[in-house]
Amino acid sequence: MKIPLVYNVRSVLQRPVSTALTALGIALVVAVFIGMLALANGFRTALVRTGSDRNVLVLRRGADSELSSGLARETASILAASPHIATGADGKPLVSPEVYVLVPLPKIFDTTQVANVVARGVGDQAWTVRSNVRVLEGRKPETGRSEICVGRRLVARFPHTGIGETMRFAGRDWTVVCHFAAGGSAFESEVWGENEQFMPVFRGQVFQSVTLRLSDPGAFEDAKRLLEGDKRMTVDVHRESDFYVQQSQLLGRILRILAFLITSIMAIGAVFGAVNTMYAAVASRAPEIGVLLTLGFHPRSILASFLVESAIIAAAGGAAGCLFALPINGIVTSTTNWASFSEIAFSFRVTPGLLLSGLVFAVVMGVLGGFFPARRAARVPVVQAIR
Amino acid sequence: MRYLPLVLANLGRHKRRTFLTAVSVALALFLFASLRTVVTTIAAGAQFGSARRLVVTNATGIVFPLPIAYAGRLRTLPGVQAVSWANWFGGRYGDGKRFFATFAVDPASYLAMYPEIQLPPDQREAFLRERTSAIVGKRLLDVFGWRLGQDVTIQGTIFGGDWTFTIRGVYTPSDRVINDDMLIFRHDYFDERIQRAGIVGWYILQIDTPDNAAGIAKLVDDQFRNSSAATKTGTEQAFNASFATMWGNVSLLMNTIGMAVVFAILLVTANAMMMSARERTGEVAVLKTIGFSDRRLFGLVMLEAGVITLAGAVLGLGGAKLLYRATNFNGAGFLPGFDVSGPTLALGGVIALLLMLASGVVPAVRAARLPVVQALRHVE
Repeated sequence: MKIPLVYNVRSVLQRPVSTALTALGIALVVAVFIGMLALANGFRTALVRTGSDRNVLVLRRGADSELSSGLARETASILAASPHIATGADGKPLVSPEVYVLVPLPKIFDTTQVANVVARGVGDQAWTVRSNVRVLEGRKPETGRSEICVGRRLVARFPHTGIGETMRFAGRDWTVVCHFAAGGSAFESEVWGENEQFMPVFRGQVFQSVTLRLSDPGAFEDAKRLLEGDKRMTVDVHRESDFYVQQSQLLGRILRILAFLITSIMAIGAVFGAVNTMYAAVASRAPEIGVLLTLGFHPRSILASFLVESAIIAAAGGAAGCLFALPINGIVTSTTNWASFSEIAFSFRVTPGLLLSGLVFAVVMGVLGGFFPARRAARVPVVQAIR
Repeated sequence: MRYLPLVLANLGRHKRRTFLTAVSVALALFLFASLRTVVTTIAAGAQFGSARRLVVTNATGIVFPLPIAYAGRLRTLPGVQAVSWANWFGGRYGDGKRFFATFAVDPASYLAMYPEIQLPPDQREAFLRERTSAIVGKRLLDVFGWRLGQDVTIQGTIFGGDWTFTIRGVYTPSDRVINDDMLIFRHDYFDERIQRAGIVGWYILQIDTPDNAAGIAKLVDDQFRNSSAATKTGTEQAFNASFATMWGNVSLLMNTIGMAVVFAILLVTANAMMMSARERTGEVAVLKTIGFSDRRLFGLVMLEAGVITLAGAVLGLGGAKLLYRATNFNGAGFLPGFDVSGPTLALGGVIALLLMLASGVVPAVRAARLPVVQALRHVE
């Protein structure tokens, strides 16, 4: 026969301080667990959202990032003539040859700190090729002028990014004419201008990448074979979405490993705390357990009951941990993505799935911590205990 | 101290609890020391740099090169004793999973300017003699299982194609902050392979005295202000610090987690101490009856907490120190010179002390204030 749950709840409430301390310890572990994974999650999401599976990114063969790539004008023309490209409403092919450079910009809160910000010189079709990009405020840069559009995430963090203000880099002044959003992706940490304006002031007559929209997303393999096999150029063809996922892997993996290492070490400490608490509970309730056994409860029920009790404490802690971690959702932080060497801003992302895994983690800690004490409880010698 | 046997006997009563609590403290302090060392290692990297070395980069940004022709003009500037240059070369070996830094440098001037990169004289000679040779750090040699004299082929990511170098030297850095997993090859060979483009990533200047650093930096930048590539000159330390700031909020993150860890373990320890104290109410009453003063009882409970946290501290902090030493950990090349520092150990000790006070104070006060008569009623 099962021991009613209410027995456990009442027992837990009998020793509030000890229970609260144990639960709080577990709560902190869960909060750190969720917080660190929310960080890794946010970083990954920003990059995953950057690429579209309808787009193709072309780089020089062997280049592992846009920064290390270089494509001649002829290559860009050959790519623009590819039969797989979708055409826009105006009948032009949806292709954007791009200049990709890093410019050092001082941060707003501490101008001695400099971040490498991506400046992307885009073709006039870029705004259509990247379907997730939309202008929030102002108008797109006009062709032939020193005008730039600033990603939403840069606006509060770098000086002179307001519309109408002037930013200075590469020895020239650039007028900010708009701010753009890109669905929380890495593009939001970039400055966009016209490719023909950026080209002469940065790296001479080369593009770094060409992005084109496929007319049929399913034809990627065909397009890849055709373009990489073209003898007139030496290029690597990536699906844009895959490319950005791969860009997130180095740092994403480090963050994930760190999260698991730190939380597992913390978890051991918290489990030990639960073990202590449950042993003390079992010891102080030995007479009760004796009575329960005398009444005919099976030792297995006693074991289950104490496991449940430990799990309840842990679950309460887990729930508290979720509450602690919740406020960090949406907080913007930034770091250098070492795969591209550029600074990227992103927000912590606490997802329902993450909260659930935090709770499960807590219950696992509780069950682990409760097992040995519960077994001890089940083995209480009846006669001695009731004396 | 003569009460130590009594304290130890008390601790020995619940051996399992004592052990688990001490191990919890140890784990917390281990984690604390590890996280703290990430912060101090990054900070040490930012601090590194000889006061007599200046670094000249392209004012447009670190990824833009400078013309090699600047070398001659830099040499003629007053206060500049020597000029060397280097270029970042993105290289991959094998499947490319293990990242390492690769540079092309002007061999003679670079080695002269960086005595920190120690190389046996014969290997140094070989590197200076052979155009396609390279020197590598000891760790890199071990990671890939290379041998001296072996030809290794690196794929260039920025400068494409296969690049084959003969390993002619294995260096050991005299300063732990310098990476021991770099591959360094010759700039003249690099230049030849890229059709004599004549580009240099950055120049390093050796100056006569650190006091002139600011003046010389200004002189350099003025000199090239209206040239094809304007320059930005600063101390080597500022150059390294700019890389350290790229980590962004890592320090804040590490410190926050460190605090959460310590606090979580405080709860575990405090709970254990309170449980022990509660179970011994009767004993405390007996001790009081036979003449132990309140203050002494307070001290006894505190001492008990102290023994647990001290054991945990020795285990956790000592373990961290020894583990990272023994495994020669360097965060896959990102955290060279990862070593738990003295100040970190001291800080860990202070935290252990605070843990003792915070976890011991409630039960200790309770023991000291215990009303004897009431408590004795519970004694069988």
